[in-house]
Amino acid sequence: MLQIKNLHASINGKEILKGLDLVVRPGEIHAIMGPNGAGKSTLASVLTGNTAFEVTKGDVTFNGKDLLELSPENRSREGIFLSFQYPVEIPGVSMVNFMRSALNEHRKYKNLEPLSATDFLRTMREKKELVEMDNKLANRSVNEGFSGGEKKRNEIFQMAMLDPKLAILDETDSGLDIDALRIVANGVNKLKRPDNASIVITHYQRLLDYIVPDFVHVLYDGRIVKSGGKELALELEERGYDWIKKEVDEAI
Amino acid sequence: MEQQYIDLYKQQNDSIKKHSAAVMNDSRDASFALFQKLGFPTSALENYKYTDLKEALSVDYGLNINRISVPVNPYEVFSCDVPGIHSYLYFVVNDAFYPVNDARNNVLPKGVIIGSLKEVANTHPELLKDYYGKLSTIKEDGLIAFNGAFAQDGFFMYVPKNVVMDRPVQLVNILRSDVDFMANSHNLVILEEGAKAQLLVCDHTVDDVRFFANRVTEVFVAQNASYEHYKLENTHIKTTNLATLLIDQQASSKVLANVITLHNGVTRNTIEIDLDGENCETLLCGMVIADKKQQVDNFTSVIHNKPNCQSRELFKYVLDDMSKGGFTGKLYVAKDAQKTAAFQTNRNILLSKTAKMRTKPQLEIYADDVKCSHGATIGSLDETAKFYMQSRGISEEEARLLLMFAFTNDVIENIQIPALQDRMKLLVEKRLRGELSKCEGCVICQ
Ligand SMILES: Nc1ncnc2c1ncn2[C@@H]1O[C@H](COP(=O)(O)OP(=O)(O)OP(=O)(O)O)[C@@H](O)[C@H]1O
Ligand SMILES: [Mg+2]
Repeated sequence: MLQIKNLHASINGKEILKGLDLVVRPGEIHAIMGPNGAGKSTLASVLTGNTAFEVTKGDVTFNGKDLLELSPENRSREGIFLSFQYPVEIPGVSMVNFMRSALNEHRKYKNLEPLSATDFLRTMREKKELVEMDNKLANRSVNEGFSGGEKKRNEIFQMAMLDPKLAILDETDSGLDIDALRIVANGVNKLKRPDNASIVITHYQRLLDYIVPDFVHVLYDGRIVKSGGKELALELEERGYDWIKKEVDEAI
Repeated sequence: MEQQYIDLYKQQNDSIKKHSAAVMNDSRDASFALFQKLGFPTSALENYKYTDLKEALSVDYGLNINRISVPVNPYEVFSCDVPGIHSYLYFVVNDAFYPVNDARNNVLPKGVIIGSLKEVANTHPELLKDYYGKLSTIKEDGLIAFNGAFAQDGFFMYVPKNVVMDRPVQLVNILRSDVDFMANSHNLVILEEGAKAQLLVCDHTVDDVRFFANRVTEVFVAQNASYEHYKLENTHIKTTNLATLLIDQQASSKVLANVITLHNGVTRNTIEIDLDGENCETLLCGMVIADKKQQVDNFTSVIHNKPNCQSRELFKYVLDDMSKGGFTGKLYVAKDAQKTAAFQTNRNILLSKTAKMRTKPQLEIYADDVKCSHGATIGSLDETAKFYMQSRGISEEEARLLLMFAFTNDVIENIQIPALQDRMKLLVEKRLRGELSKCEGCVICQ
């Protein structure tokens, strides 16, 4: 589904991703962990087409298409979804208009008719229930004045609405209380199907108790330096990153 | 530039007066003398820094001093931008009030008089004489003085004590001419104690010639009265539209003014609201959408002369291409206008590198127990928000549109006539999409 080969990316001339490789197949859940500033969010930004970052080398294919050639909106329509580490507030744009535009543009891309008002509202209601999102939030401007946790819940709500093939969750667990964490994780699990996949970026093993990964990768200094099964997350929780940094430094 | 108009006035003095009314003529020569002294304003003047009329004044315009009737029936050619508003509808064609021939206008609430300023000045001089020119003739402004000298007619509305207008009143200014043309009209609105009225003024151009309109509107809002003034401009790029709105508010009165420029050439709105009684409420809003070489300058003054009044001001501009915007927010709080609350906001989005916005708050506060604030920002569209929307599959164009629409939304929300508010949402969206928010009466915008 997703193949990343030797990906290099920089911002303002500073190289952040330094030859990153990753393969994600349908049905898989990949966890990416790694110290602050390693480049995890940068990877998410590059995959979604944020023009602040410049790809200087490497290839990314998504379901056979050259992902880097696609506009951000077409990546979304092709089925890539990012749950932002820092969701953006958009005063004056209502959640309803925002979601309706997004959903209908996805449908247009697939040559489907726009949803009728009733069908749209029914879908909204169903998906809100999935993440137990307060009705009041859906009637406000996008993320405006939402608490940290509410914003994260709203990300998963949008994910449910857009039904992506590849979901990238960037620290969706940060800022969530224990109950919210469980609700959000359950939401993600309910959206899980054999033909879609997720990349879960997190600092905490806790989330991985709910969303059980098939693979755990360590991203350090712009590359994936270690991969393993879910037990790697436990080991990292216990031992931190120093031993990995040391391994990497010795290898050079 | 002034000389030809000075000569014209001297030559045509008799005709100008003959085709107007005594009440208007009383102050005419004094206005002319003031214009001779001041001339047309230039951008060298502090109050006209953001309006440059040099080019517009180099054109040789025709005037219709002898009131030759214009071959157009607005009731037939005009189809309203705001269908469903169910207004009392009136027209000023160029600068002459067009005879009312629409049956539904005949059932005004009891005592209300709406019609030609010139005619009412002749039939009911006593009604006008305490009002006409009271706000305008004391202003040291070349354009207002010019209007006082040349305006022969206009729109008049009188709402007697405690009468509530059951429908909005709509005044459509139509510019129609085969040659480059100058129009000078004067409007007068009088609301007696406890009266209530909403006026929507629409500016339209019909022909593909240069127009120069210089209009002055005086509004008197008596104690406990409530007045809403909407100005919707949708003129073509060859129009110079100079509109002065002077409002006097007495105690416990309420005024809402919302000045929207959707499409234009060069526009200057001079708005002054005087709060001359306690407990007044004032909301002054405006919005500008401009592209190409359009220019819009909103020069606003809110004058707090009495204590315990509240005023709010909100202006938003979306400027693209080579367009230019200007905003001045003058706030004056007199020494004994204690407990004044006055807030002013001006926010602007520039969509191109060549668009220009100049904004200036001008606060003069002489009272000490007041709450006043002002804020102005000039920015571009929020790129982070745009990317967020794109990452959800919304096209860049649609994302821009949603953001611009959101930006102007609070000005539209302040429209209290539901049909107008709905219509404005649509017109603004169309305008932002780059489709002209055309009115069917307008050949240029079709
Ligand atoms: N706009 C920018 N200008 C300069 N440097 C940037 C910019 N954005 C990110 N960086 C740098 O890129 C590096 C990687 O940042 P990134 O956000 O990808 O880290 P991360 O792995 O997600 O960290 P965290 O765990 O803290 O979220 C950091 O050193 C950061 O300072
Ligand atoms: Mg991050």
